[in-house]
Amino acid sequence: MTGLISARDLDWHPAPLAPDYRSSILRSPAHALLHYDPTETEMTGPTFGHNMLGALDDNLILNYANPGEAAIGPRIIVHGKLIDEDRRPLPGKLIEVWQANAGGRYRHKKDGYTAPLDPNFGGCGRCISGEDGSYSFQTIQPGPYPWPNGGNDWRPAHIHFSVFGDGFAQRLITQMYFEGDPHIALCPIVQSIPSTQAINTLVARLDMSNTIPMDIRAYRFDIVLRGRNQTLFENKMEGL
Amino acid sequence: MANFKESASQTAGPYVHIGCVPTFAGLEGMYGGKDLGNTMITGNPAGKRITLCLRVIDAAGEPMTDAMIEAWQPGPEGSFGPTEGFNHWGRQPTDAETGEAIFKTLMPGAPTGQTPHILLWIAARGINMALITRVYFPENDNAADPVFAIAGERAATLVAEKTDNGYVHTIHLQGDHETVFFDV
Ligand SMILES: [Fe+3]
Repeated sequence: MTGLISARDLDWHPAPLAPDYRSSILRSPAHALLHYDPTETEMTGPTFGHNMLGALDDNLILNYANPGEAAIGPRIIVHGKLIDEDRRPLPGKLIEVWQANAGGRYRHKKDGYTAPLDPNFGGCGRCISGEDGSYSFQTIQPGPYPWPNGGNDWRPAHIHFSVFGDGFAQRLITQMYFEGDPHIALCPIVQSIPSTQAINTLVARLDMSNTIPMDIRAYRFDIVLRGRNQTLFENKMEGL
Repeated sequence: MANFKESASQTAGPYVHIGCVPTFAGLEGMYGGKDLGNTMITGNPAGKRITLCLRVIDAAGEPMTDAMIEAWQPGPEGSFGPTEGFNHWGRQPTDAETGEAIFKTLMPGAPTGQTPHILLWIAARGINMALITRVYFPENDNAADPVFAIAGERAATLVAEKTDNGYVHTIHLQGDHETVFFDV
């Protein structure tokens, strides 16, 4: 049995209703979320083993490409650590990613953007975090793309992340952005996050120390899930 | 610069299927051609087999045809496993036409101190942070469950309907029948 999971700071996350992001208008509950402390149901969650992974699952440059070919676009490594709010690594956790191709087009029947599909790019990858919580993907840098919202809205280049923790209460979907992208400040989805500080946690930094010369650049993106145990202990101490 | 606060949530967007259910999205052969979480009953586990059909209705009364729902539940004995031949976790996209997400699973048992239930987690375009709710079953004394009790007079929105074809549950994002969603 595992310990309590620290409470979620709802003011740190986007509110359900963010009117500038129009899709949220019809898809946000009107009532406030009802709080309860995690039970066994939320403190447990599925586990995933490395044996479920294929050799190229973490390589979006190659995992949909024809033999001998590769996806087109700026080659990048996206890597970082999966940790919790108590600063502990989360090993053995499934991380799934999806993204548009270098032109900003998704391989999806609902995406009608004029940018072409890349026959060698599918757009998804997955991996399982290592003992120290580290994870890594190889991919191509996605392009920005237009979307129907306010008339002239463009998403900053981004990679979608789906992350599992130890307990289901830690489950998170988010998006990673790229340092220096001027669309970050203009995007209603990004700006649904209340604070600049919270937005900055989703911005990957160019990481020259892990860049492979003449081959592939690296971006660093750490992911933090809700903490557990330690906070409970500290709270008890304060109460004494 | 170290950050030790939870990464902020962002919507799963309209293309969540590419990342989470790529075979459903039409990415032939990806991950061995099998979507993770698609099958909860993988062997011949003990317990009562049930079908749970879910629909998510938006504020305009329209079924959401681009959502993804995950289920996490106890097994027939009320434990969270692992259980031979059974995945306690499942994942289904809502159907592009009907909006239905169908889980073929086992009737959950009661975890200690709780009534049988399935935790649901709903991600979609327009949902900034995935919504958490629970589904309970009409034949049980749900009022005895502490989480069900918190929902008060709105608790009826957490109970599935029993039909000839299994259990059916409609999740309303807004309106008179707005489903109870939790911060947990
Ligand atoms: Fe996107």
